[in-house]
Amino acid sequence: MIGTLKGQYGSGIREANSYLGQNYMIVEPSIVSELLQVLRDREKFDYCVDITAVHYPEREKQFDVLWILYSFPRNERIRVKIMISDGESVPSAVPIWATANWLEREVFDMFGIRFAGHPDLKRILLPDGWKGYPLRKDYGIIQQDQEWVKANLGIESGQ
Amino acid sequence: MVDPKTPDPKTAEATKYLSHLELGEPDKTFLDSNELVINMGPQHPATHGVLRVILKLDGEQVLGTECVIGYLHRGVEKIAENRTYTMFNPYVDRMDYVAAVSNGLGYCEAVEKLLNIEAPPRAKYIRVILTELNRLASHQLWLGTHALDIGAMTPLFYTFRDREEILKIFEKYCGARLTTHAFRIGGCQYETYEGFERDVIKFLDFVPPKIDEYEELLTTNRIWLERTKNVGVISRADAIALGVTGPVLRASGVKWDLRKAQPYAAYSDFDFEIPIGTNGDTYDRYTVRMEEMRQSLRIIRQAVEKIPEGPIMAKVPKVIKPPVGEIYHSIEAPKGELGYFIVSDGSTQPYRVRVRPPSFVNLQALDIMVRGALVADVIAVIGTLDIVLGEVDR
Repeated sequence: MIGTLKGQYGSGIREANSYLGQNYMIVEPSIVSELLQVLRDREKFDYCVDITAVHYPEREKQFDVLWILYSFPRNERIRVKIMISDGESVPSAVPIWATANWLEREVFDMFGIRFAGHPDLKRILLPDGWKGYPLRKDYGIIQQDQEWVKANLGIESGQ
Repeated sequence: MVDPKTPDPKTAEATKYLSHLELGEPDKTFLDSNELVINMGPQHPATHGVLRVILKLDGEQVLGTECVIGYLHRGVEKIAENRTYTMFNPYVDRMDYVAAVSNGLGYCEAVEKLLNIEAPPRAKYIRVILTELNRLASHQLWLGTHALDIGAMTPLFYTFRDREEILKIFEKYCGARLTTHAFRIGGCQYETYEGFERDVIKFLDFVPPKIDEYEELLTTNRIWLERTKNVGVISRADAIALGVTGPVLRASGVKWDLRKAQPYAAYSDFDFEIPIGTNGDTYDRYTVRMEEMRQSLRIIRQAVEKIPEGPIMAKVPKVIKPPVGEIYHSIEAPKGELGYFIVSDGSTQPYRVRVRPPSFVNLQALDIMVRGALVADVIAVIGTLDIVLGEVDR
């Protein structure tokens, strides 16, 4: 599978490897939308397990965005990873897997990564008016949106 | 008939607030309007916690729903980045707090995988016994509350009475009943107590007639059938597209269980069936979970009979510092696929922990399952999805 994909996308697939028996691919953001579609349709990765992100503030391309996929017919998993810089948007996977809807909303909520083409991209776990993205590394563990807390809970601090 | 241009002074006050209704159409008053948006929760007892559902209704028919979640958000993933691997272990119990043992198993195995070590066989067997007992407890709690939501009160008392026996075993094993923190990275902290096997076997003999008793109350009960058959149907294709897992997926006819598909712990040693449904309705999910309880008992019996002697802890360094790398490990929790994606930067604290919660993903299917159904069915479907808000919101 990796061979055919590499033939198809060439240097678009930067790395295809496995770590502790788990396969992953690091690809260019420009091909990821098409690649995910191909993985679902041709390679039968019909179940999108999870979409998540990791923040590396010291890197130029600050974020890793990951799709963890599983295939029922093959009983296999694969992770697809892209690296993007802050402010760059990622193509939404909602047209490919309906489950991406909430998963992408959570990534947006926690990291502030925008998904282009998402039908309803808004916060999911935090309140709508909240400022800041808690899972970024520069967001402190006891940090809160004090203004929001004051206005909505009527207390000085949520601590 | 009401003329929208010059409203009747008596209704003018009311229409000011109801301007979104189509009063302009002939024969329509604001009383027989077509769409109504109502709010269910977040404090509604049938939402099993703090879930708010906005319902768009036409009469009693549901046109659409939107879930508002996050009321129980504690930032578990952020906490993980600020704790060592060992310190974070008890936190995972607080996600799905009715199946805390499963959470712990998933986390410990994920970190073990990252460290490239394996728990000794005896620890694996202890893990299987406790996890399956917990699956049973989780299904019992689901059954009791689900039946209560639909209007059958007796099963609640029966299931809670019998669940107590499981909690007693947990308490004797590790001192805690719910948030057990039963496992450690590398194995188990505690050896089984004197008489553990006896207690478990006693329970295995005690509970099957009780499960028959629950079934007697419900399986052929006409009210139960009317309230669950063809309610909240989700097709196989929709279930897969929405990433639904666990009993909900199996009731739609997908024979997939991680314990068989990608065996972890000691599950490959045991003989058990994966029950599946055909219609993907609330009744099928009920029968699937009932059968799962019996299969869990089968697994526990085999595990107790075959439990090997030996150490219960692998050689784990005092300070856990996994090498740089990423790992995704998932287990079949009572609610579905519970996954942990852990990134290590080589330090004592995880760089990132992502929890893939089954309840969160399954809840997303609520909308498609209740469209066109009645309000009362929404209650039934929330119950049948078996969500735990602690895990949805994390």
